[in-house]
Formats: sequence, structure tokens, C-alpha cells
Amino acid sequence: MIEQVSVFLENKPGHLAELTRALANAGINLRALMLADTSQFGVARIICDHPHAAKAVLDSAGFGVSITQVLAVEIPDTPGGIADVLDVLGRAGVNVEYAYAFVEPGQNAAVDIFKVDDPAATEALTVAGINVIAPDRLYAVDTVA
Amino acid sequence: MYQPQYEAMPRNELEGLQLERLRTVLRRVYDNVDFYRRSFDAAGVRPHADSLAEFASYPFTLKDDLRDAYPFNLFAAPLRDIVRVHSSSGTTGQITVVGYTRNDIDNWADLMARTIAAAGGTPDDIVQVTYGYGLFTGGLGVHYGSERLGCVTIPISGGNTKRQVQVLKDFGTTILACTPSYALLIGETAKEMGVDLSTTSLRAGIFGAEPWSENMRLQIQELLGIKAIDIYGLSEVLGPGVAAECSEQNGLHVNEDHFLIEIVDEQTLQPVHDGVYGEVVFTTLTKEGIPVIRYRTRDISRIIPGDCPCGRTSKRMERVTGRSDDMIIVRGVNVFPTQIEQVLTGIPGVAPHYQVILGKKGAMDTVEVHVEVAPDMNFDEIRGLETLQHRVRAEIQSALAVSIAVKLVEPKSIERSEGKAKRVVDLRGKQQGA
Ligand SMILES: [Zn+2]
Repeated sequence: MIEQVSVFLENKPGHLAELTRALANAGINLRALMLADTSQFGVARIICDHPHAAKAVLDSAGFGVSITQVLAVEIPDTPGGIADVLDVLGRAGVNVEYAYAFVEPGQNAAVDIFKVDDPAATEALTVAGINVIAPDRLYAVDTVA
Repeated sequence: MYQPQYEAMPRNELEGLQLERLRTVLRRVYDNVDFYRRSFDAAGVRPHADSLAEFASYPFTLKDDLRDAYPFNLFAAPLRDIVRVHSSSGTTGQITVVGYTRNDIDNWADLMARTIAAAGGTPDDIVQVTYGYGLFTGGLGVHYGSERLGCVTIPISGGNTKRQVQVLKDFGTTILACTPSYALLIGETAKEMGVDLSTTSLRAGIFGAEPWSENMRLQIQELLGIKAIDIYGLSEVLGPGVAAECSEQNGLHVNEDHFLIEIVDEQTLQPVHDGVYGEVVFTTLTKEGIPVIRYRTRDISRIIPGDCPCGRTSKRMERVTGRSDDMIIVRGVNVFPTQIEQVLTGIPGVAPHYQVILGKKGAMDTVEVHVEVAPDMNFDEIRGLETLQHRVRAEIQSALAVSIAVKLVEPKSIERSEGKAKRVVDLRGKQQGA
């Protein structure tokens, strides 16, 4: 499992820019940002190189922030890649709450992020030969805030 | 008890003392204040009541009467005998000015010493006076009482919350005096600074100047690790020191040797029996500078029937949860902001910080309540946040009987107040016909 930063966002103009600016000013590098929206508010989900430092920065900037454990999976850039992963998770009885993907520059594979309800998911995928990404490949694990 | 001879006086003696003092004050205002002479004459009452029951036929004094007398026209003592003035906060229009003679200041100090003693204070205590100093009565009122009791008195006044926490910790403050909303802010700030208030000497707080709910009391007690005592007063009558809770925390003992309390029906203005809710009316019995006769406070409360185990014989008024001045009327329904606070403090996941935004859509009043999400909420769960929003909306609606909208806002985004919290933003005048 890797750590994702989840941020509560009121719907107001320029607010997302404020968030990313605060992180940039702290020297934090975003790998992925996914915005989930309702009519009332949004949640920004962020994969970055220093999740705990990001939480500290955003906390002090007044945002509502949580660290969430999510699954990162490397998926070959071929048809059916995601379907294979979902099949394995389904057979293991794991529910997926949401998923999103990003591509790392210079790589031939996409990174897919899954929010699952069962920590056994990692093992099921590994047994099925799917490459689950360890935290140290995506961000600094020193977690010094 | 600081003055047991008065605080635990047998009821019949106390009522005798009240009548005697009432006669003195009626004579004083009739002889010295045009307003009262005219109003007594117009109502056909004499400046001499034979009984407390007879007094119930005397005319009321209203906030507007004090406004009209701006600045000094209701003073019953010549200015050479006045040694201090204060004024009301003046949130709506004209401020009202009150004056104190040397005796008034002296009595006030005794009454606030009683208040601090009733909260468990002794000369060994260190009192941090975080109420504002100045025209507002809170700061100096508590200050004099704290000195009178013999406490170490820290006249820090309001503001600079980090410094409040620092002083509280370094000086070993045992009793904090401020508004309840500021007490919460001090608690939150201490937490952010990594100061665990439960390991400090702080053990009690005397909180007043704005209505607050029982749930908010529990929250403050838990956050600050203290006993939170409700105190009551208003500048038109004295300032803090009119009534205060004892350590039973079950109703505020009215200092009846100095103030005659009546509860009257809001519609008929006739006195009601103990236990029945109505508007609180005060008559000052000893004040010289600006006595008030049957002053309508706009506060809604009742007398709690029965004796208090603490041994004080004075009547207890229930904590004021609604002041008619704070009341907002939405589509014809009376709403007190404290009702919203009471709901919020019972819902995990939200902070008791809120703001009510009143607007207009066509001819229709709209109400949007902004509620802060608690900082330890799981912000990844959209469904959880939506459920929270729906719950807050449903519970507020059922408490107020008015349909409203709820907006969840980010933690700590609602402006914190260092004095009285600003709970209501009324944009209805600005959005007329929008
Ligand atoms: Zn008592």
C-alpha cells in the first residue's frame, strides 16, 4: 500500500490553485492529482514525493487533510491490463471504491491507483503475478514531516 | 461563600431587605431622574411600594429608553459622584452609557468576588482576565472582583491567542475568564501549540457575555480539562456579577440582595410562576449611578424551583440560551443561533463553529448554515462527507422547524472571535428582490 494525500476542498474559485501553490512552495513534487467533485465540495487526491510533509503543509495552510492507504499497481500498456487486475481483485472478494491512473514519463507502463477495502488485495495481486508498486518507488519513505 | 451573610440569608429576611432597598431606589429615581418621574406619574404609581407584589404594577424600562437618554440622562447621581462609565457593545445603532458611583464600583467588586468564589476560587487562585478591558464591562468587572477576593489577577484582556496560552502555562493560571467561544479557541490553539492543558494548573473558567449551550459546556470542559461555570450580567443592570452558577452548575444564583428578578410572560408582560419561561426583568436595588426599574433584558429564562444543595438561598435562573436580540426571524419562525450550536455539538465530524448566512431569493428568506468539518475527519470518503452534510441539515431542520441549506466548510475557515462570536450574517437587506 502507498500513501495518498486526500484534501477537502470547498467549491470556490482559485482554491485548487492555492492548494498546488502551497505544495510547490514547500518543494513538494506532485506525481498525480485526481479531483472528485460533488455540487457542494470536492476532494483532491494526490500522489506526491513527500506525503507526510504535504499533509503538514496543507494542514497549516488551513486545508482539511487525511492520509489514505491506496494500492498502486503497474499495468503494462496493452489492452486488457486493467481488466486483469480487476478480475484478480474480484475473485479475492475485494471491493474497489475508486481508481485512477497516471503515466510515468519515459515508462511503457501506467500506474493505476486503487482504493480497496481489504489489505489482502496486495497479496492476491502478487500471487497472480501483477506488479504491485512499493512506496519507495513513488515517494520518499523517510516520512519526515 | 464570599459573603454568606447575604448569599445564605433566610428568605424572609432577604425579602425584607429587598423591599427596604426597593423603597430607597424608587425614591432616588423619582427625585433625580425626569424619565422615571414622568413614567411613574403617567402610570399612576407612587415612588413607594408597600409590597413586592405591588411593585409588579410599575412601568417597565426598555433598551430604547436607555438609548434615548444618551449619554447621561438616566443617571440618578450628579456627575461629581460618578467615578466610571461603561457602555453596551452597541451592535445595533446607538450605544447606551452607564455610570457608576464609588459605592457602585465597591458593590460590583463584592459581587464579582462572590462569583469567582462560587466557581471555587480562593485568594490562592490566579485569574487570567481575557475579557476585553475598556468600555465593555467584562474586563474591569472581573478584574475588580478578582482583586477583591485576593487572587493574583492577570489583566491580559482579549486577543493574541498564542500569548494567552503561553501566559496561562507559564504563570500557572488556575481560573480563566472569557467568552465561551474564545475559551474554545484558546483550547484549540493550545492543542496546535502542543500544550496539553490538562497538565497545567488551569481548573475552572468563568464564561459569559454570550449565550451558550450545555453541549458547548461539555466540549469546553473536555478540551480544557476544567469546570466551566456560566456567569451572567449585562451592562444596563451592572455588567458581570448579576448572577452566576455555583459548583453545582445547575442554574445561576441571582444576587438578589442587589437585584430584584422577575420573569414575565413575553406577550402579556404579567409575572409568571417559578418554573415558567418568560422574559427576564431586573430592578437594581442598590445602584446609585444609574439604577434601572423593571428593565426588560430581552433574555428568555425561568426560575428553577427548589433549593440548591450549595446552601445559597437566592433564586436560580436557568442559563440563558436565547437572547431576543440574537433571535432571527426566518419565514416567520423564531430561531436562536444557540439551537444550531446545540445540534452541532452533538454530531461527531463537525466542529461547533458555524455561521448562519441569511439571504433572499425573491420574497423568500434563505438560510445557509456554514459548518466546519472537524480536522480529524476522513477527507477521502466523499460518501462519508455527504452523509455528514445530510445529517447536519436534517438535524438542524428538525430543531428549528425551518428548511435550510448546509455547506460544509474547511476546518478553521470560519473566523474566530476574541470576544462575542459573530454567528449571523444577514444579507437580506442587500439581496432584496434578487
Ligand atoms: Zn448553588
